[in-house]
Amino acid sequence: MVVAVPALNESETLADVLGGIRRAVPEAVLLVIDDGSSDTTAEVARNAGAVTLQMPFNVGVGGAMRVAFLYAFNNGYESLVQVDADGQHDPGSIRDLLAALDGASVAVGSRFVDARSRQWVGWSRRVVMRVLAALLSRVTGTQLDDVTSGFRAADREAIELFAQHYPSEYLGDTVESLVLSARAGLRIVQVPAVMHPRQGGRPSHGVIRSSLFLGRALLALSVAVTRGTAQNR
Amino acid sequence: MSTHWLGLIGAVCLTLFIGELLRRGILREKFAVLWLLVAGAALVVAIYPPLLDRLASLLGFAVPANLLFLVSVGLLLAVSVQLSFEVSRLERNLSRLAEEHVLLVQRVEVLTEASQEPPAD
Repeated sequence: MVVAVPALNESETLADVLGGIRRAVPEAVLLVIDDGSSDTTAEVARNAGAVTLQMPFNVGVGGAMRVAFLYAFNNGYESLVQVDADGQHDPGSIRDLLAALDGASVAVGSRFVDARSRQWVGWSRRVVMRVLAALLSRVTGTQLDDVTSGFRAADREAIELFAQHYPSEYLGDTVESLVLSARAGLRIVQVPAVMHPRQGGRPSHGVIRSSLFLGRALLALSVAVTRGTAQNR
Repeated sequence: MSTHWLGLIGAVCLTLFIGELLRRGILREKFAVLWLLVAGAALVVAIYPPLLDRLASLLGFAVPANLLFLVSVGLLLAVSVQLSFEVSRLERNLSRLAEEHVLLVQRVEVLTEASQEPPAD
């Protein structure tokens, strides 16, 4: 099993995050994708004993994750869990995500199912996410509350799909990949996950930010819906 | 009369410039052909302005210059769309390349380590 951590300038939080993951799932291979950081992110990752892939330039979370899926696919791993490097995702929930792969191909950790995590999201962002969740639940035919969550697990089948077709566009990675999975006939399931406020990085809230976010997500969604199943990219 | 000369000089300069870029191998043919056609058309109109007037009245333009503007705007639009397309394609190829590169680097690291293991030199 691989735990993939896409990281961009996260040297401050990364060591703690990796330590937490190591404690939670000692048998996992830690994979850090340094997405063109200008700080010591890659060094921190190597010192923590993680397999470190250092992108020559910034490719975005989607691009970084595609590399992670490729790595998992090429090396024959059966499952991959994606965890953010900023400490938002509680490593304690990794096992829950993995357990959910028993009967589904993609497990999405949702902060809205668990009452303790709900409070960390601003109201405008919450409205936007509810709209997106309603739309995506319809498209995928599964109840989804936290569609932009980057706390996910994929089984071998999903790894194979994502290694070839993971969307690298901003927001495409979260929203579009769900549509992609549903189109490919993969089962998606939602799992309550514990999330914390960010330890580092900038939070994305505010009404203008949220509207922009919604616009981009809707664009990504409508493109994904019209695109059909996994053609060549 | 001065605008006539301006057009003529501009068209000649464009043709020479594109020709030079092409000769030095800076510009790919697929882009150069388009600009050479544009330069050629501009040259024709500059050498023989009545052609523009005739064409404009044939198509129902009250002011001949408007035909020129319409064609120019349409052409620039088409070119920028094509360039966006090319840039998107290049970006996609570039990130694919970066992905392959990074995986190969990692593979080399693993193999290097494995080969140096027994007698660490």
